[in-house]
Amino acid sequence: MQEKYDYIVIGGGVVGCIIARTLSRYEGRVLLIEKESDLCMGTTAANTAIVHAGYDPLPNTLKARMNVAGNAMWDTLAGELNFPFERRGDFVVAVGEDELPALDTLMGFAKKNGVPGCLILPGPEVRRREKNITPDVSGALWASTGGICDPFAVTIAAAENAVMNGAVVKLNTEFKEFIMEGDRIIGIKTNQGDFLSRWVVNAAGLFSDFVMHQAGVRPEFKIRPRKGEYFVFDRADVQIDNVLFPVPSDKGKGILVTATVHGNTILGPNADIIDDKEDTSTTISGMEEIWEGANKLVPSLSKKHVIATFAGLRPMGNAPCKTPGVDYNKDYIIEIPEEVRGFVNLGGIESPGLASSPAIAQEVVDLLKDAGEEMRVKKDYEPIRPARPRFREMSQKDRKLLVDMDPRYGRVICRCENVTEGEIIAEIHAPVPATNYDAIKRRTWLGTGRCQGGFDTPRVVEILARELGVSPLEITKRGEGSEFLFRPTKKVEN
Amino acid sequence: MLNKDTYDVVIIGSGPGGLAAAVAAKKAGAEDVLVIERDTELGGILLQCIHNGFGAEIFHEDLPGPSYAQRYIDESLELGVDTLLDTIVLEVTPGRKLYVSSKQHGFFEINARAIVLAMGCRERTRAMIQIPGMRPAGVYTAGTAQRFVNIEGKMPGEKVVILGSGDIGMIMARRLTFEGAKVERVCEILPFLSGLTRNYVQCLHDFDIPLLFQHTVKFIYGKNRVEAVKTVAVDDKWNFVPGSEEIIPCDTLLLSVGLIPENELSRQAGVEIDPITGGPYVDESRQTNVPGIFAAGNVVHVYDLADWVTLAGYEAGKGAAKYAMALRASEVDRIPVLAGNNVHHVVPQTINKSSLEDEEIELQLRVRTPVEERVMIEVHDGQNQIARRLARYARPGEMNTITLKPKNFADVEKASSITVDVNPR
Repeated sequence: MQEKYDYIVIGGGVVGCIIARTLSRYEGRVLLIEKESDLCMGTTAANTAIVHAGYDPLPNTLKARMNVAGNAMWDTLAGELNFPFERRGDFVVAVGEDELPALDTLMGFAKKNGVPGCLILPGPEVRRREKNITPDVSGALWASTGGICDPFAVTIAAAENAVMNGAVVKLNTEFKEFIMEGDRIIGIKTNQGDFLSRWVVNAAGLFSDFVMHQAGVRPEFKIRPRKGEYFVFDRADVQIDNVLFPVPSDKGKGILVTATVHGNTILGPNADIIDDKEDTSTTISGMEEIWEGANKLVPSLSKKHVIATFAGLRPMGNAPCKTPGVDYNKDYIIEIPEEVRGFVNLGGIESPGLASSPAIAQEVVDLLKDAGEEMRVKKDYEPIRPARPRFREMSQKDRKLLVDMDPRYGRVICRCENVTEGEIIAEIHAPVPATNYDAIKRRTWLGTGRCQGGFDTPRVVEILARELGVSPLEITKRGEGSEFLFRPTKKVEN
Repeated sequence: MLNKDTYDVVIIGSGPGGLAAAVAAKKAGAEDVLVIERDTELGGILLQCIHNGFGAEIFHEDLPGPSYAQRYIDESLELGVDTLLDTIVLEVTPGRKLYVSSKQHGFFEINARAIVLAMGCRERTRAMIQIPGMRPAGVYTAGTAQRFVNIEGKMPGEKVVILGSGDIGMIMARRLTFEGAKVERVCEILPFLSGLTRNYVQCLHDFDIPLLFQHTVKFIYGKNRVEAVKTVAVDDKWNFVPGSEEIIPCDTLLLSVGLIPENELSRQAGVEIDPITGGPYVDESRQTNVPGIFAAGNVVHVYDLADWVTLAGYEAGKGAAKYAMALRASEVDRIPVLAGNNVHHVVPQTINKSSLEDEEIELQLRVRTPVEERVMIEVHDGQNQIARRLARYARPGEMNTITLKPKNFADVEKASSITVDVNPR
């Protein structure tokens, strides 16, 4: 007996999870599949964590509309889903007189795109607001609606809320092909079996071209991964409280120096177009490029305080903008194509995809309504996803109350980030369970500090094995094939 | 659970430095000594150092790490040192209050007259030396691998490349070889050994494990698990030598690239850190810039022998005990001055009893309600009167005084507090 759904979402990144959460508001069964061992392991895993204001995309593109509409939805989203989000505003920093005209261009975009709360600041005022900035700053565009968030927390909270409202999330489940009935999609084949559905939503990010080609849609569309590398600093040593962009170039928004909601300053990304959709390696040339770019904005940075490096891939598409007269060929695709029925097609959702994601989900709902779906809100829809305790963010007094209530929160497993056994166990048994080390790291921020897991790894392996009822030899870093341990040591014969 | 909330000396960490500090503090006269350890047993990293080479300086013996630790564990427990295991110190304040948490004992506060910081050090990581490449499983610091093998009894790899010629790295090369793994090579970016020569001879040379000076790792391959590393030769300025790259298939990369004193708690407590050593500035008794906070061992600077950490621990423990006992003496000497009948407040609020031996102490007070007749200002210890003075009236708007004199010392010395009353005559 095959499982039957009304909506299947392919892809467990931020876009797929927010779509699944939005669809779970309405009557109908929702399934989200993700080929990796956890959610947010693609583009959502490695980006700058910024909710863009919307002055960057070219006016009259779908990208611009989604960005501005999406940005405005984040306060409600964060309020309902309980994840860290701060509307700190952001700066686009002009260095030297030559870069000043670029600010006027962006201000023009901001006006056309309908971005509220933007103004151009003179150099001295920028220096007053960020003391670490280069003395060569000549001015900045200040966008008050820019925000920062934890993309893992957003994505996982959205998926959990979807599950609370009846959706099903299947990990380690890879889309292979569509099951067709004439020109109608009636389901999908995966490595975990077939699933039937009235609608399938393509939110496959880097692999969205493959998915739409399987449906016979847009054979000319191609995703080129654009790799971006990052540095993370120890928050004890480097404290930049603002989001600082350089002026953009044809390669993108450029290399930022930015605060994160976890208090660490990060640098990056560069933009390196590559072919391999799984190549998330850091490179010597990439790291040098970031360093140079970041030092242009903040010259006082020292490599001594770097505690992590990572790289991510943006799914850059080649879809032309549909607005007449706009010459732009990297626009988002959000459509119900005419060639097949039962297919909602998304593609090329690169930056500002995070900021746009709630608007994209709403757009999907609107398209479904246009296609004749009733979209009746469930009577028992629950929009609130409750937060779980985060020991490291609590006052000593609240910590005492928590430990009195559940002593497992008294045992600290990650010393640098103060993550407790109670928090780890809660994530292992959460609505979308964390079953490997990196999954726990994404949810609790364990292992992200100065010692980079040196202290906690053996302890987390032990807790995972105990809670999942398996041998420590089966515990992985990021899913099958990434086991930490190979075999027991030699036995001593008595 | 502890039966005290105030200790003479609290020691954070039970490695060689912490245990030596505990023993020395007790021997130097500290009465209440507590060791707090985050792991489930005393001994710190010594417990996973099952190789020999410990004790040459102090015992003139060649002991494995756990045996060396056991001598100090036994001695501390015989001397009556209290311990808290599987317990973490979350914060130390400059006033020497500790916020402590554990699954077994819950969340609580401890006050210390003196503290010895003995948290040791942590290992430098891949990110700190910025090795490019993928981020698969199989990249471990040598110490983490050592814990997996020697404490958990599990093998973290079969084909291993080691970066760095630190002592733990070389010792793990031999240890993994004993367990049937193949150590392909050890790369050291410097033109000389960063660990001890004896470890090179006993752990690498004797097992035919190649050591390549002026070599480093340039790239890590593998999506889920390490599949290979690319090594490269460097010149004197650490520039890559073109054409010297080699791809070494392996499933594990161990890093033995240095240790950093672990001072997050110290910083919170206001302890100043020397940017050169990464540890606190200390004096000869190992006292930091914060009075009553001492530091010993690898938390101050990284040692190459545990015996020397022990010796540093002795100094810190002795210093801490001396500080704590002087403080305890002054605490006994100091008693509160309490506002009694119709007294709103008294200044000073505390007095040092011994001051009264050769000088007068004037107590200044204000009454709560007016008394328009003669009143007696009386000082007592709760039972016996110590001093009194007659006043014509008492009004809140006019301050009153009464002076304690050296002749009152004998009475005050016996008191644990004194109270001032203003009673109608």
